[in-house]
Amino acid sequence: MRTLSYLLIGILFGITMFKSEAASWFRIYEMFKFESFHMYGIIGSTVIIGIILVQLIKRMPIKSFYGETIQFPPKAKSFSRYMFGGILFGLGWALAGACPGPMFTLVGAGYVPILVVIIASILGTFLYGLIKDKLPH
Amino acid sequence: MDWIYEPWPWYVSGPMIALVMFLLLMVGKNFGMSSNLRTMCTICGAGKKADFFRFDWKAQRWNLVVVLGAIIGGFIGSHLMTVDSAVAINPDTISRLKELGFSSAGKTYLPTELFDMNAMTDMKSLILLSLGGLLVGFGTRYAGGCTSGHAISGLSNLQLPSLIAVVGFFIGGLIMIHLIFPLIF
Repeated sequence: MRTLSYLLIGILFGITMFKSEAASWFRIYEMFKFESFHMYGIIGSTVIIGIILVQLIKRMPIKSFYGETIQFPPKAKSFSRYMFGGILFGLGWALAGACPGPMFTLVGAGYVPILVVIIASILGTFLYGLIKDKLPH
Repeated sequence: MDWIYEPWPWYVSGPMIALVMFLLLMVGKNFGMSSNLRTMCTICGAGKKADFFRFDWKAQRWNLVVVLGAIIGGFIGSHLMTVDSAVAINPDTISRLKELGFSSAGKTYLPTELFDMNAMTDMKSLILLSLGGLLVGFGTRYAGGCTSGHAISGLSNLQLPSLIAVVGFFIGGLIMIHLIFPLIF
């Protein structure tokens, strides 16, 4: 049952990524050129609604569908890892035009070369795991 | 019923993404797609090479199911809910992209120069796609999250680290589009 719920949420996510065009390389390019409100509208409205929902969950006695307390793991305090890691991610996001959610959506949409991006991103994560202790965090 | 084939405007898309994040919270999970890349490393045996990959990946199986869903959703969105997938970006953006050599701008969902089958035998396309993927995979794990984990989950929970990461995402993206693209395209 739970597995089915994850699958259905994933399907909803995949449809949304495709239909919103957030999985389009062109939309990412246009966003970084500041030539359309589309992506800013998507991210902005998601975050505003997200903030309201998270505050509601925290302030009201809302439990998960399975009766558990909903956890919000805080992110560890730091600057360098978020800034440096973020910049590297941004460089790749703009070049490949896809981030780790939409890249899987594009597999389903039938774009074979996105597999190159996915394999390289798994390798990139592996490379990070190999040298992470040498990086400022 | 033709509206179903149209692209979704931002004011439909944004609330739908927020709904995805909310539903994941309600089934007791946190929205974050890039951790799947680490899980995939572990499944491929990366734990033999680095401690970072020695964790109980089975606890992350739920997220791999979300990935499977995202793939199926991509199929449904593109093949069943879309007739013409051309992305109507700004005409100025289209002309600039044409100058850079992207003749498919305004006509397709993804640039054919990078994403049609010919790209698989084109050295330049393969190098750029690989480089993009490497940076995404390395950067996201270094930053501890991607667009979903930081820009959506993290900002929704008012996390300062996520704001720093999102500022980083934009600095990187702007450098790529404005400074590096003119050199490589």
